[in-house]
Amino acid sequence: MEVWKKVINLKDIAIGSKGCVKFGSLQIALVHYSKHEWYAVQNLCPHQQQNVLSRGLIGDRQGEPKLVCPLHKNAFSLKTGKHLEGNADMQLQTFPVKEEEGYLFIKVEEQFLTSLESPMLANCA
Amino acid sequence: MLTKQQLVVIGNGMVGCRLCEELIEKKSEEIFKIVVFGNERLPAYDRVHLSEYFAGKSADDLTLQPVDWYVKHGIDLWLGDHIMAIDRKNKYVISEQGCHVPYDKLVLATGSSPFVPPVSGAEKKGVFVYRTLEDLDNIILYSKQVKTAAVIGGGLLGLEAAKAMMDLGVDTHVVECAPSLMPRQLDEAAGKFLQLKIEDLGVNVHLNKLTHEFRGNGRVESILFADASELAVDMVVISAGIRAADELGKRSDLQLGARGGIAVNNYLQTSDPDIYAIGECASHENTTYGLVGPGYQMASVLADNLLGATREFSGADMSCQLKLLGVDVASFGDTHSDDERENAVILENHKDGIYKKLILSEDGQRLLGGMLVGDTSDYGRLLSSYQAGVPIPKAPESLLVPPATSSDKDATSVAFLPASAMVCSCNNVTKGDLVQAIRQENIQELAGLKGSTKGGTGCGGCIPLMKDILALELEKSGVAIDRSLCEHFPYDRQGLRELIQKNKLYTFGQVLEKYGTGQGCEVCRPAIASILAGCWNDHVLNHQDIQDTNDHYMANTQRNGTYSVVPRVPGGELTPDQLIAIGQVAKEFDLYTKITGGQRIDLFGARLEDLPKIWQKLIDAGMESGHAYGKALRTVKSCVGSTWCRFGVQDSTSLAIELENRYKGLRAPHKIKGGVSGCIRECAEAQSKDFGVIATEQGWNLYVCGNGGAKPQHAILLASDIDTNTVIRYLDRFLMYYIHTAEHLTRTATWLNNMDGGIDHLKDVVIHDSLGIAEQLEYEMQQLINSYQCEWTATLQDPDKLKRFRPFLNTEETDPTIQFIKERGQIRPAPPVKQPVLELLEI
Repeated sequence: MEVWKKVINLKDIAIGSKGCVKFGSLQIALVHYSKHEWYAVQNLCPHQQQNVLSRGLIGDRQGEPKLVCPLHKNAFSLKTGKHLEGNADMQLQTFPVKEEEGYLFIKVEEQFLTSLESPMLANCA
Repeated sequence: MLTKQQLVVIGNGMVGCRLCEELIEKKSEEIFKIVVFGNERLPAYDRVHLSEYFAGKSADDLTLQPVDWYVKHGIDLWLGDHIMAIDRKNKYVISEQGCHVPYDKLVLATGSSPFVPPVSGAEKKGVFVYRTLEDLDNIILYSKQVKTAAVIGGGLLGLEAAKAMMDLGVDTHVVECAPSLMPRQLDEAAGKFLQLKIEDLGVNVHLNKLTHEFRGNGRVESILFADASELAVDMVVISAGIRAADELGKRSDLQLGARGGIAVNNYLQTSDPDIYAIGECASHENTTYGLVGPGYQMASVLADNLLGATREFSGADMSCQLKLLGVDVASFGDTHSDDERENAVILENHKDGIYKKLILSEDGQRLLGGMLVGDTSDYGRLLSSYQAGVPIPKAPESLLVPPATSSDKDATSVAFLPASAMVCSCNNVTKGDLVQAIRQENIQELAGLKGSTKGGTGCGGCIPLMKDILALELEKSGVAIDRSLCEHFPYDRQGLRELIQKNKLYTFGQVLEKYGTGQGCEVCRPAIASILAGCWNDHVLNHQDIQDTNDHYMANTQRNGTYSVVPRVPGGELTPDQLIAIGQVAKEFDLYTKITGGQRIDLFGARLEDLPKIWQKLIDAGMESGHAYGKALRTVKSCVGSTWCRFGVQDSTSLAIELENRYKGLRAPHKIKGGVSGCIRECAEAQSKDFGVIATEQGWNLYVCGNGGAKPQHAILLASDIDTNTVIRYLDRFLMYYIHTAEHLTRTATWLNNMDGGIDHLKDVVIHDSLGIAEQLEYEMQQLINSYQCEWTATLQDPDKLKRFRPFLNTEETDPTIQFIKERGQIRPAPPVKQPVLELLEI
């Protein structure tokens, strides 16, 4: 079952900035892309399996919001999680985000929060 | 309205396909309706790289143009159908499947078929030819049940086939009837070098062996040679050369060449003026060409002629350069002069297996041909010298040894890299691959090139080189080079810098609003951060979210997401107390310690949240940021010089410390390294640095624009026997001029290589002030020096800046996925695991 998890106060992350949130073993890179425009994707870079994406630079490619891994500059669409240079093996898990009453919420599968499984495993195999 | 003429092309191989491409490119669509017939069921594919099919490439990877491409350009493509006859009188062709297709112009590009020597038993199971993807599929299937295979033919194609068999994991023999390998391109000595190299790889070579019979009961079991010896093998691949596929021409009563092939004139017309022939099936002046290069030349000439030009094909040379079984081989021009008085220069390096031979004209003035085995890095240079027919040096042997350092722009530019030069070693992408992709796919930007070739998508170290190659190709094809920083800023770095400085812009937001579009990206954000730093030298953390991760956290990101910390050690001089302090910090935070190449100590494995605590201790011990994380001055390396060394003639350590302290914190288009040596022995390796100073009896020699890195380059002498003040004045001007004019992420060496006028221009600007900006450059440098601050000292005093050094927004936990193991008494990152989350949770 999917649940909306309360994450942070909206003021805790400036527009154009990003950070990492953690629920159990799950790490999510959170991006405050522009006013009321948020994105959440897995923090794990599928290239070398390191939890670093939240420390990458954000920007856009032809208007498509993107996040660039700080280790080797692999660029990912924030909307779809796709690798922007077309490597199908490098797909990011994306998570829905919403603002409510001054707080930010991320939608995740409940089982990821409690079990040993993680949605990232699909990308690591 | 004119009706279109019908152009029928028989043959859809590499040359036939190239003809279509040339025609489409030259806007033939209004003149011709094109109909193409191909024997094989697949559209044209890259036969040159056929052996890569064995190494895992798919048929799609090798396809030159997908079927969609033909459709899109209105070309009718009939695959898997043979043309049986040409009715020249009524001008139509008849296919095996019964199609009657009329033509106005007809092109034969039927290629060649494998030459099968007249050997009895060639019909036995397990005997294959090596030509089409279908052949390859059959070979792959059969090879699964065999242990040994023989390739008949030790020429170019035979060795390609041998590579394929090796890739299939079969014990491979090569059988050649001549006394050495590649007899058409190489002399016996060169063939011997090649043989030794490939025998090292485990290929068995049999020379002087004329195949007489394939023996076996139904399937091949051994080869009997003319000398009565026998070789037991489980399969045979015949790759003994090709024959022009001229049967259709012959049946149609077209004139043939003396040694086969359909005869063509200089316009590539056959004896029927409406029928043309190109590629391997054509015989021009009784010569057939079995290489793709001449075929492509013919395709280009014919495309022009069909569209009304009168271009002539005047023959092509058989120069080639390739990697055979991993061995570099090249030959060009005339390699077989029978003249006993042959003028040749030969270099034999038995240690490294390198053989190079140049054949000179009788007067020794010009190159007639040459061959290279084991090292073909000179091929591009030699070939252009041969083709241009230019006089060669008085000492021709100098052509065969690596060129001495030169300030000549061309000699070091990417234009002279051979096509085989490996650019991206992560993904095995050569310069040739990049050039081919740029040309065939009309690529105009780096992202497209990365997507198409996968080059630059590994470690990324080759990206500057890829950019240079792309720029060069675009320049060649007449496309105006787009030097825009990226899609968000239509300016080059220098142009944008001038705007920022003139209009006094202080933040990325201001610059984006005034001159950019969109949100920016990983290219323009750090580039503008660097420009802002070079203009105003503001604290790096005042510019949130535009820095690469290193600048963002003022530490160097390592592979597991931890950081390394490098305190500044000016000139490499360190007191015992400082050394102890560094050791204590490393011990307290369990950091891996290593001496760097720049005479400092690097502390690895620091967690994000520990960085402020680590720096607090280091700063308390009197150290400051080493800027190892920035595109900034790194170190000025030195030897002990005249203070201790009995050879030293000047105090190099003191000068190095002075220079490092002067330029510390200086942000530039790329990192900057310096060196100062106390005598000509050059222990500080100053000539490999962006600036290097070497002591002389009279003062100092100043060198600039050296580089280690992917493409090492010696620094070039800018001024000699100058005093310390002049060294500093010239360096101020030099570095500031670099900061003003270099593109983002361009080291000084590349900057100089691409500079109009090269070192002479740089000397004029720095020494003679030819642009009248010397005073301004010195003033700006002084401003930057005056505004220096230790970024870490400033950060520790600012609670706002310290906030970013926490791994998670929603919890105070530390990252449990960062794991280390112990090796030689220190930590190192745990090797990547396939399922990190699962593994780590078990701990």
